Amino acid sequence: MLTLTSERVTPAHAWPAGVKLGGLALFTLGLFATQGALAAGLGLALPLAAALALGLVRDWLRLFRPLLWIGAVILAWHALTGSALEGLAATLRLFAAFGAANLVTMTTRLAEMQAVFLRLARPLAPLIPPARIALAMALVIRFIPVLSLRAAQLSAAWRARSARRIGWPLIFAITLAALDDAEHVAEALRARGGAG
Amino acid sequence: MERNLVRIALFAALIAALGVIPKIDMGFGVPITAQSLGIMLCGTMLGARNGALAVLLFLALTAMGLPLLAGGRGGIGLFVSPTVGFLVGFPIAAFVTGWLMGWQKELSTVGTFNAAAFGGIVTLYLFGIPGIALVTGKPLVEAFWASMVFVPGDVVKAAIAATVTVAVARARPGLVQA
Repeated sequence: MLTLTSERVTPAHAWPAGVKLGGLALFTLGLFATQGALAAGLGLALPLAAALALGLVRDWLRLFRPLLWIGAVILAWHALTGSALEGLAATLRLFAAFGAANLVTMTTRLAEMQAVFLRLARPLAPLIPPARIALAMALVIRFIPVLSLRAAQLSAAWRARSARRIGWPLIFAITLAALDDAEHVAEALRARGGAG
Repeated sequence: MERNLVRIALFAALIAALGVIPKIDMGFGVPITAQSLGIMLCGTMLGARNGALAVLLFLALTAMGLPLLAGGRGGIGLFVSPTVGFLVGFPIAAFVTGWLMGWQKELSTVGTFNAAAFGGIVTLYLFGIPGIALVTGKPLVEAFWASMVFVPGDVVKAAIAATVTVAVARARPGLVQA
């Protein structure tokens, strides 16, 4: 499975993930504390400039695609109720925060992100040991392609047999597959000394 | 113990897998993605605590940059987009669904539907609507009416979650925890 991390290695890939995430949190808090379209526009210029400087601008812009129609809806909604300028500010602010966050996602590898998460989860250690969270994360990453493939095979089998659109029995079959796989994997883990 | 851990992990993977299957027909000819159905299933199948943990695990991996949300979306950016309220509400919705499952004396489709609807719709929108209002700069009332478009689809999803849960309980007695 592909992550959203950029394959093109930039100097920002080497910066510590914790610093990038901390900076992002401050930037986002600052952004939502500002008022008006001008400040939000300046806020959007910052991640844009960084994306240009890092040479990631094409992939960075592509990540905005799902947000474009949301932005359009917000603008239209505000325009209809006679607060177009506020709508522009809200949309620019949204794009600025989204763009900055995507930059961090694009320049941080999964393993480093995971390390930050596990460090943040350390206070929970008496309840959930970090090693167990790491094992669970590895299992999820391993089983997403397994279950996705199973889902694709089941829907192909459905289409081969029926002209109707796929319905709830597919969900039933995938859920059952997940539960059955869980039994087998749990047994295999126990046989190898347990989850610790 | 291993069993709980693996189930949590596999249901987190299930939420992701439900995001990639082609849109399914929910009955009215309105195709919708099945992903939020996964949130309800976590609650109805795993119970309150484990269901919420499975959703949290899914969200953590999404935030780390795996494109697990329907449409291949992922990364921290999602947590500043208008869906932020729904993302925050996901684990709580699974928890409430699982908690309400415990109210039924014996597993029934109607009881499971009620749990999935109250947890996966009422609870979820309680968090989702303020999120929309915050990010779009609109009053709560307008955000409320705007998000009502999605409720009919969610009611159908709650019905599917209930049907699937009861069918799984029949196919594998003892596996449904709630």
